[in-house]
Amino acid sequence: MTLDAQIPGGAIAEKWDRHKFEMKLVNPANKRKYTIIVVGTGLAGASAAASLGELGYNVLNFCIQDSPRRAHSIAAQGGINAAKNYQNDGDSVYRLFYDTVKGGDYRSREANVYRLAQLSVNIIDQCVAQGVPFAREYGGLLDNRSFGGAQVSRTFYARGQTGQQLLLGAYQSLMRQVHEKSVKLFARREMLDLVVVDGKARGIIARNLSTGEIERYAGDAVVLATGGYGTVYYLSTNALNSNVTAAWRAHKRGALFANPCFTQIHPTCIPVSGDHQSKLTLMSESLRNDGRVWVPKQKGDKRRPDQIPEDERDYYLERKYPSFGNLVPRDVASRNAKQAADEGRGVGESGLAVYLDFKDAINRLGVDVIKEKYGNLFQMYQKITDEDAYKVPMRIYPAIHYTMGGLWVDYNLMSTVPGLHVLGEANFSDHGANRLGASALMQGLADGYFVIPYTIGHYLASVTLPKVTTDHAAFKDASENVQGRITKLLSVKGNRGIREIHRELGRIMWDDVGMARTDASLRRALQAIPKLRDEFWQSVSVPGTPDNLNQSLEYAGRVADYLEFAELLALDALERRESCGGHFREESQTPEGEALRDDANFTYAAAWEFTGVGTKPTVHKEPLTFEEVHPTQRSYK
Amino acid sequence: MNLKLRIWRQAGPAAAGRLVEYAADHVSPDMSFLEMLDVVNEGLTKKGEEAIAFDSDCREGICGTCSLVINGVPHGPDRGTTACQLHMRRFKDGDSVTIEPWRAAAFPVVKDLIVDRSAFDRIIAAGGYVSVNCGGAPDGNAIPIPKDVADLAMDSAACIGCGACVAACKNASAHLFMSAKISQFALLPQGHPERHRRVTAMIAQADGEGFGSCSNEGECQAVCPKEIPISNIARMTREYVKAALLAK
Repeated sequence: MTLDAQIPGGAIAEKWDRHKFEMKLVNPANKRKYTIIVVGTGLAGASAAASLGELGYNVLNFCIQDSPRRAHSIAAQGGINAAKNYQNDGDSVYRLFYDTVKGGDYRSREANVYRLAQLSVNIIDQCVAQGVPFAREYGGLLDNRSFGGAQVSRTFYARGQTGQQLLLGAYQSLMRQVHEKSVKLFARREMLDLVVVDGKARGIIARNLSTGEIERYAGDAVVLATGGYGTVYYLSTNALNSNVTAAWRAHKRGALFANPCFTQIHPTCIPVSGDHQSKLTLMSESLRNDGRVWVPKQKGDKRRPDQIPEDERDYYLERKYPSFGNLVPRDVASRNAKQAADEGRGVGESGLAVYLDFKDAINRLGVDVIKEKYGNLFQMYQKITDEDAYKVPMRIYPAIHYTMGGLWVDYNLMSTVPGLHVLGEANFSDHGANRLGASALMQGLADGYFVIPYTIGHYLASVTLPKVTTDHAAFKDASENVQGRITKLLSVKGNRGIREIHRELGRIMWDDVGMARTDASLRRALQAIPKLRDEFWQSVSVPGTPDNLNQSLEYAGRVADYLEFAELLALDALERRESCGGHFREESQTPEGEALRDDANFTYAAAWEFTGVGTKPTVHKEPLTFEEVHPTQRSYK
Repeated sequence: MNLKLRIWRQAGPAAAGRLVEYAADHVSPDMSFLEMLDVVNEGLTKKGEEAIAFDSDCREGICGTCSLVINGVPHGPDRGTTACQLHMRRFKDGDSVTIEPWRAAAFPVVKDLIVDRSAFDRIIAAGGYVSVNCGGAPDGNAIPIPKDVADLAMDSAACIGCGACVAACKNASAHLFMSAKISQFALLPQGHPERHRRVTAMIAQADGEGFGSCSNEGECQAVCPKEIPISNIARMTREYVKAALLAK
């Protein structure tokens, strides 16, 4: 298999415009004859379903939640980037493109990133028109802030609830199309298989989570917008129902999975409090704009923070990275926190935390300004930890937050299965090895509002699609496959809890495939994961019946997929013997301890082909070329 | 601490439900309320018994999925808090805790503590949006919006659509939910072209779904996890009256 990314020719700034012209169109009167299946209703899924519905396609839209408005995009706090240059501080499409390629540590595709930067501008306009209540200045114009590793103020926000407001904008557009009957909504449905007919994606098998029924849906193209795989680590900032199942089942049907080892660990999360913990809560990294990160200079200093004098504190980010200070990219901030904890300078009871201190900002700006900017985050922190961050510094620690890897897609967002398109966090294309803050919302909406409406038309107009109904043999086969797996899960009847096994998988992943990875740790994980998988299939207890709402069965199915997927993630990390972005191999670092890339050998996207559970997948490499932004050692000093 | 739980179990929409007693032992004060339920469920699962079905997702108070009535109060005893943000330090050893689903004719029980809130989606579908297709939007700064207006609109837009307002209301009214969306668009200039059609259509939809009327008790704002005030309902009523008076 050769991977053709379908990147249009011409200068980088002209590629998308040129491509838009060269792509084929579907006649307006013919659009309603095409059925498009969209799985997921987050920023990417809802914006895609709404936009395709507006264009006149017949859209079937699925989500696992009880309402499309609950997709996990809702939890994004900080903001969305756009190259508007409203602040007159030197921003431009080219600068946003440059920052994103560099921030991704030169492991993303230049053409995709440039398009993303171009479209960022349209997203803001679209969202404002929808009535998204972005923060404004006194003059009535849109406010911006600088965010996670950027030296210009290009982040638009709606308090600490930007994801919520953008998602509700997309959700409302979606519900408008539901009302107009161009989109048919299927809530509480979980996609459990992709149906491929004559080599093309033509439908899905879904389980109705309320009734347990296995349902078949046929269409002319399938769009997956099913998010990331962070919960493979058990504890993450992801919602509990976020999972890899839809993407993994598509992978098993032929879609290559790219760069699974590129996972992002977010530096500003609330530390773990005990074994009962079900998830970790992120606090927007916008907090780093005004908070100062520090640990005691002395190892094992157990004094209360207010008893540690100024000259005995180590503001290590400001010390090591004077030009970026507390605003270094996420991977750098996370690794430095881990390093401080490893040195025995971590704070709090577990020693697995660092301080984020607002005292200076409160003295400089006043408590009211801080309350206005971060009030809801301080309140959230207090609810969880019972501490008042206006008075004592917050304790923060890194946690898994986002996954840059995903199903491989070309420039048209189409996977290696013709007709199967993948959007948002579920694909791999735009963030390279590390995503910058406020870029995920931008990518989800760019894909859904402004890319897929064009590229899917091009696909539909370029192929001949004979009519396929759900009684086709491929549907029968896929639905039997799904039924078989459910029966198998219910018939183990062991005595181990599903959560217990998931927690164990998470511990393997965090300890051995986490923030710092070594050849030895990855080999250890590759031994442990298949063992745990066998144990799962021998000893898991999944009570209840298949023909009913059964949350244990849903959860068990997702954990079973993670037990297969985790092996691929670890293998990808083992084979990438370089450090880049969120993937840090201890063997590959500079004398100062920074991530050291190996451009000569690893400037490619690793796209894995499924060959069976427990057998080694085949890797296909898409070489990455950098014509605009020349790879350099990232330096935030 | 050890707690005595009384939890609503109901096998399906048509089945009869009842309160069943469970013991929650060795509960840590740092656990969230839902993590306490996770531990109870883990125990049941290991014994091969069916887990207690309840909805939750983000577990940080923003998705609006969790929906438990705890000791008679939607989302439990803390103000401005969803059930998933409630921590066990709020309870003490020996407490008994009753856990029930949202109770409203328009939110039928699906199973145990899970209800069907799709009526809220249909209310939004009836008019809770600005009718702009993707594509031709003017520049984001084309219409200046005073900061205080934008802030007020954001206060209303903060609604997470959980339905606690309906569960707390003796009339099972959806007025607070609807009025939050209607206020957002009544305040922002983008919402003005459709303001009359919107308020009329959304209220008609809510009536049809079986939600009740508002009788100004204010229970809704008392339980709202986002503390959305009932002044939104007053604004919605003004919008409704204006729409009726100006109807062609």
